[in-house]
Amino acid sequence: MSNLTLTANSSITSLPAVPEWRRIMNRFLGHRGLMIGSVILAVIILAALFAPWLAPHDPYVQNVSQRMIPPIWHDKGTWNHILGTDKLGRDYLSRLLYGARISLTIGISAAVISGLIGTTLGVLAGYFGGRVDAVISYIITTRLALPVVLVALAMASLVGGSLQTVIVLLGLLLWDRFAVVARSTTQQLRDAEFIASAKVLGASTPYILIRELLPNILSALIVVMTLEMAHAILLEAALSFLGIGVQPPSPSWGLMVAEGKSYMFFQPWVIAIPGVALMVLVLAINLVGDGLRDMNAPEGRS
Amino acid sequence: MPDYALELSNLSRHFYLKNGAFKEPTLLKAVDGISLRIRPGETLGLVGESGCGKSTLAKMILGLLEPTDGDVLVNDKVRGASSRLAMARQLQPIFQDPYSSLNPRKTIEKIIRLPLQLHKVGDSNSQRKAVKEISDLVGLPERLLKQYPGQLSGGQRQRVAIARALILRPSILVCDEPTSALDVSVQAQILNLLMDLKKELNLTYLFISHNLGVVEHLVDRVAVMYRGKLVEQGTREEIFHHAKHPYTQALLSSVLTPDPALGVPEVLDSSSWDKAS
Repeated sequence: MSNLTLTANSSITSLPAVPEWRRIMNRFLGHRGLMIGSVILAVIILAALFAPWLAPHDPYVQNVSQRMIPPIWHDKGTWNHILGTDKLGRDYLSRLLYGARISLTIGISAAVISGLIGTTLGVLAGYFGGRVDAVISYIITTRLALPVVLVALAMASLVGGSLQTVIVLLGLLLWDRFAVVARSTTQQLRDAEFIASAKVLGASTPYILIRELLPNILSALIVVMTLEMAHAILLEAALSFLGIGVQPPSPSWGLMVAEGKSYMFFQPWVIAIPGVALMVLVLAINLVGDGLRDMNAPEGRS
Repeated sequence: MPDYALELSNLSRHFYLKNGAFKEPTLLKAVDGISLRIRPGETLGLVGESGCGKSTLAKMILGLLEPTDGDVLVNDKVRGASSRLAMARQLQPIFQDPYSSLNPRKTIEKIIRLPLQLHKVGDSNSQRKAVKEISDLVGLPERLLKQYPGQLSGGQRQRVAIARALILRPSILVCDEPTSALDVSVQAQILNLLMDLKKELNLTYLFISHNLGVVEHLVDRVAVMYRGKLVEQGTREEIFHHAKHPYTQALLSSVLTPDPALGVPEVLDSSSWDKAS
């Protein structure tokens, strides 16, 4: 009997709480794809940020006497131009480093613009429902019926290609997935009792949407954002390749592939190097996106 | 002192249920002309089966749903006439599900403090002090304040919800099945806490429940709801021992008792009280 009272009276102390950041860190380190993806992405971001210091040459300076030097792993390669030079004698490594800036700028800006548009529309549709939802769903359907590449091509050739044009165009075209995801996650949460409680407390609708609802759907939106970033980077490369995206002499990776295409049978590295760079960047972003999705998944989470 | 803490006058809420494009929508009278009065300091139990309109009624009292007809008077003032903020200081809810009533992305401290911030009461130091005081009052250990709702048990979460409801010192609490999502042992703790708080803070309760055992334990008066209408109301004694309406009698006889000799309650035939109501 005395034993029984003892167990009943001794308060059940919970285990020392593992700090939130520590748990996130452990999950992060335990996910191989996420690790690899974020390391590659971090390297590319750092390379782009420090391009002026890392690049051995000016990416715009032409030197016709030095044209078409192959990369270092070829017999004729030199340490002066590690990745060789293009048909105008510009250093390929320098152009690649500066090109990373363009790809990342477009990826991030387009994803942010489309994220703002899509999240706003999706949250409004999901929260208010009814007629607002009907109108916004119609807009989403209309957008989904438009072929992105075709519209981007038509608009870019109409307005004239430039970095800003590409960013604005892609930002205005890639918001559909944000809207769909924001709408459905908001619908799940709008009847939650913590939202009702905030309403009863007298919180304004903007406060409820931004401070109570948004933090709860943000993790899903971040995953969408990584996917759209990769999407935007590929579309920029495609538009630049077709000559209506970023204009020469800017060192866009898509443009580098386009400029090298006539040499691809005899000097395949001219298109292989920017092509591989694009692939690695998009792969890294997708790995990060998948990893973030897994980390937010409910299983294994208390 | 107002005459009545909460007064419902002929409150109704009707819904139209769509039956497809070419058929007439059906009219559902979720709440149909309910009049109720609760005196300050009184506890009124509102009972009825699932789907009888209890929660719709609670939503209208809280201002989450507009009534089709009738008025809600809080401390003798019509609900729609004063601002949401003013209403929030007089009347607060405690919801059924403590798992969805707390924002999972905020710490407990932030959740309890939110009402003070929305109502701009005091500076951040005094707000933090008030959070500690109220947590103490509802029996919430201080170490939990830095944690997230996901790290708390159901009973602890319901204590958080109670703390949040009480921090503005309202005079009326609307409890919509506050214990039905909890373990039986925790239910008793929360009910005792609610009773202690009532004495300490002189609160008025509208206690909505389908659990007659719970209601008998703590209310002064009982109102019985059936299909959107009030079929009977009276003191606890009257309802539990001298119920007049056949539905109330049926509801009382359907309570599961621990006595094995009584067996499982019979399935009830509703025809007798449908005619009566």
